[in-house]
Amino acid sequence: MADALVSAAVGGSFWALSGGALAGCSRRLRRDEDERRVPLMGVLGAFVFAVQMVNFAIPGTGSSGHLVGTLLLSALLGPPAAVLVMGSVLLVQALFFADGGLLAFGCNLFNMGILPALVAYPLVFRPLDRRGHPAAGAILGAVAALQLGALAVVLETVLSGLTGLPFRPFLLAMLPIHLPIGLAEGLATALLLRFLRRARPELAAVRPEPAGRPLLALVLGAAVLTAGMLSWAASSRPDGLEWSVSRVAPAGADAPDGAVHRFAARLQRRTSVLPEYALPGTEPAGPAASRRGTSLSGLLGGAATLGLVAGAGWLITRGRRILRARPEA
Amino acid sequence: MPSLAAALLDLRELDRLARLDTPVHRLDPRAKVLATAAFLATLASFGPREVSALLPLALFPVALAALGEVPFGLLARKTLLGLPFILVLGAFLPWVDRVPVLQLGPLAVSGGWLAFASLLVRGLLAMVTATALVAVTGFGDLCAALDRLGAPRAFSQQLLFLHRYLFLAGEETGRALQARELRAFGRPLAPREYGAFAGHLLTRSWERAERVHAALRARGFDGVLPARAQTAFGTGAWGFLLGWSAFFFLCRWLALPALLGGLLAGGGS
Repeated sequence: MADALVSAAVGGSFWALSGGALAGCSRRLRRDEDERRVPLMGVLGAFVFAVQMVNFAIPGTGSSGHLVGTLLLSALLGPPAAVLVMGSVLLVQALFFADGGLLAFGCNLFNMGILPALVAYPLVFRPLDRRGHPAAGAILGAVAALQLGALAVVLETVLSGLTGLPFRPFLLAMLPIHLPIGLAEGLATALLLRFLRRARPELAAVRPEPAGRPLLALVLGAAVLTAGMLSWAASSRPDGLEWSVSRVAPAGADAPDGAVHRFAARLQRRTSVLPEYALPGTEPAGPAASRRGTSLSGLLGGAATLGLVAGAGWLITRGRRILRARPEA
Repeated sequence: MPSLAAALLDLRELDRLARLDTPVHRLDPRAKVLATAAFLATLASFGPREVSALLPLALFPVALAALGEVPFGLLARKTLLGLPFILVLGAFLPWVDRVPVLQLGPLAVSGGWLAFASLLVRGLLAMVTATALVAVTGFGDLCAALDRLGAPRAFSQQLLFLHRYLFLAGEETGRALQARELRAFGRPLAPREYGAFAGHLLTRSWERAERVHAALRARGFDGVLPARAQTAFGTGAWGFLLGWSAFFFLCRWLALPALLGGLLAGGGS
């Protein structure tokens, strides 16, 4: 996700969700009282950051893949620590590499940290791993995580409503794209885990399963998704009519396909009424002018604004140089 | 994704800039973090086809960078890295929405093109601002600011440790990659080798973490890194935060470029 695609409501909701999850994971770690984990998490975060740039060839396709690492971190450190480490890596990427973005940080942490670590890991990877199929667990877990992540990206983009991309075609494009990405991620995770369990079995032992965690993860995942939808609907739909229609309609009693279809249709209707909206710059407090006059003034004003901003930057730079030169002279 | 070497170079450059001493560098980091949050919230709150109304917001990153002596070339380079993603996604928009909404002389501009332009401006502004923020604040101070603003302690600690080991891990990985390339004669890394390649890096990282922990323990580490010298949230910080917030508010509620353009067009005709 990039900042440009996220509206304030969606970005804020996911910030709140991911921030809450981060706080919860931090609390759980603090209860552990294992301060050995602090430098380990830092070093493994740096490892994940570096190894994300190591590409390997995917056999038979001619393309290459690389590790994202949340599933691996969950297997090595446990899901709460994995969420924290991924959060730190994503924040560094957003700040230093213009990758992702600060506003979209909540969305990205949800898609790439929380979904894999708190949903795919306990529900897919760990059960298979404990039955002695770590490779199958890693591959299926990564595919599940990436499909969920792609779904989340589509939802976040469409709910933000900045692109006008229709829900269904966008989803149908995103899911197949993320299938090979998920396979590559799973393959890399499986290979690394196999190596580690042979070379340093004490590091990568099968983690004991805390009681009741999978259910918790399921509930958390569902709660987080619903909360996201609710907060979006509550905050970005001032008319509330269509929203209340969807709330009244029984989602569970109906065929699930019908509910999904209704949802998609609602989104499409929403995106298709956009052409009726006003021109940019005219709707709030803009001068009441003819359409043509407004577009001309919009262009002129935009150019003038840019000129003013650039001028301000030049003046500051210039003034700074003069100020700095004076004491030396 | 940039190459590893380029990424490390950029990291160093940003760290170097963060050690400069200018009025913006001296501001309390919390003021800069909060002002940036206000900036991003304002930016995201605009409608999908706003283009000209977004432009005055550019004053914030430009002023930060100019006052903080951040080279504009660096900002431009960092921003170009993030552009392809937006371009790929944005390229669909003109096909999705073809209803013309704007008439520029003989040229009819469709809603899709406007949305595309808006997406580009948003992306550029967000990326430039993030880079400018880290260049005038520094990562350590940013973490301290997050900590003091109430971010979970474990997370701010994790950020500090991560930043400390990025260079080590990056250089180690770079050396391993180079060694492999010198022996592989252009053959791509096969999956079978990936496990051993990345696995060795991982075990080495793990052993380093254990050494680091022993060294930290020997110096009295109890799970929390000592805090840095703390600045007070003085009048300058309040002025910075409130001034910029007022400016963002103004940008949001008054279409400044439209007013300006109306003035210019009115004067010209």
